[in-house]
Amino acid sequence: MAATIGVLAVQGAFREHCRALSRCGAAVKEVRQCSDIAGIDALVIPGGESTAIAKLLIMLHMLEPLQQRIQQGMPVYGSCAGLILLCNSIEDAEGKPLPQARLGGIDATVRRNAFGRQVDSFETELPVQGIAQPVHAVFIRAPFIVRTGTGVQVLATVGGNAVAVQQGRLLATSFHPELTEDTSIHRYFLSLL
Amino acid sequence: MEHGTLLLKTGLAEMLKGGVIMDVTTPEQAQIAEEAGACAVMALERVPADIRAAGGVARMADPSIVEAIMKVASIPVMAKARIGHFVEARILEAMGVDYIDESEVLSPADESLHINKQPFTVPFVCGARNLGEACRRLAEGAAMIRTKGEPGTGNVVEAVRHMRQMNSDIRRLCSLGDEEVANFAKEIGAPLEIVLRVRHEGRLPVVNFAAGGIATPADAALMMHLGCDGVFVGSGIFKSGDPAKRARAIVQAVTNYQDFALLGEISKNLGEAMVGINISDIPAGERMQERGW
Repeated sequence: MAATIGVLAVQGAFREHCRALSRCGAAVKEVRQCSDIAGIDALVIPGGESTAIAKLLIMLHMLEPLQQRIQQGMPVYGSCAGLILLCNSIEDAEGKPLPQARLGGIDATVRRNAFGRQVDSFETELPVQGIAQPVHAVFIRAPFIVRTGTGVQVLATVGGNAVAVQQGRLLATSFHPELTEDTSIHRYFLSLL
Repeated sequence: MEHGTLLLKTGLAEMLKGGVIMDVTTPEQAQIAEEAGACAVMALERVPADIRAAGGVARMADPSIVEAIMKVASIPVMAKARIGHFVEARILEAMGVDYIDESEVLSPADESLHINKQPFTVPFVCGARNLGEACRRLAEGAAMIRTKGEPGTGNVVEAVRHMRQMNSDIRRLCSLGDEEVANFAKEIGAPLEIVLRVRHEGRLPVVNFAAGGIATPADAALMMHLGCDGVFVGSGIFKSGDPAKRARAIVQAVTNYQDFALLGEISKNLGEAMVGINISDIPAGERMQERGW
């Protein structure tokens, strides 16, 4: 049976991820409640507001069940807010540690809003390791990674800062491939399954 | 590397979907909102209910208030400029505000024209009561729409009216024959090019939130059922008895709008809701929704 890809659908651009995954031929299921978690083989965490998504995961009692699945080796891809939630530690734009709730799994420290506010948001052509053509990358109030542990592979950088990382079957990007027609990041994730 | 593109402007709105944007007037309120799971805050000097009560001319907030809120909030901070007041908008942009609401809650600065929003780097959200208004705002460069409702009333009836009108306009447009579309665009006073896009997509080409009168979790869930992408809550939170609890409940209601048992649970013991105003008690000239052209 084909793998079912769950898309976390509590807040943010989840519809766009569902569409991109469907275009890649994947079976997609929205994950809104605890009871949706058992039926998925992999998870995509969309862009949105990481604080809002984290609060909702706690209110809906989904944080721990998802953490367990991640520890058991479920493949996960997170974009922007999704990247923040997948990193083991989070700091604010000034570099101070944030006690914000997270899923964790990637041994890295992420800095929120690291590129600045909305007026600093940008689009660029970005070479990503493992993907043949440069990706059209959309960065919106985007984070970057300031520290990576051993076992974390940096797949792309902007100005020397890591914006795409992979640790085993956990993949995360600072940018939003779900906002473009380019499905190469989604296809790369599906190839990890 | 490109900045200020339409994709970046509409893209931020896409990230706010399924979320609640809360009006706040102090850094403390901004923290309560963020803590409750708001996806953004609207920094204001006064909430609409107080603007309504105070009367007189309502202007952009004192920049020091907006700045203090930007300092504590890690989520996007929006702020309001008067309709047509492009200098207020440029000031907010220079301060680094993440989204500008060209808002009918403030007194209009121009009685025939809205701000030309195309040349700005910062994105704009604008109010609309129907498809024609929404399309005109999109033509001017708005990257997000919100239905207007009637701000500061705690009465959801106008928000419902405007959302239903928008849906009905879009359905009608989609049912027309090709030869009827240009005339429809003329009737609703909208640019044909944008009308054709709406017809092609079967929906507004940008994110559409509901606003103006949402006071309870059930109100928020109602608006989600009517097809909006998220909600603005203005006076409804900080004019209520227990803002933190109500804010959390409304955030949960927007995510779980289809789960009625859960909506019942989260609606319990929220304390006093804001005192509502019946629309018929507001003199016609004081209805904020009529502002905007």
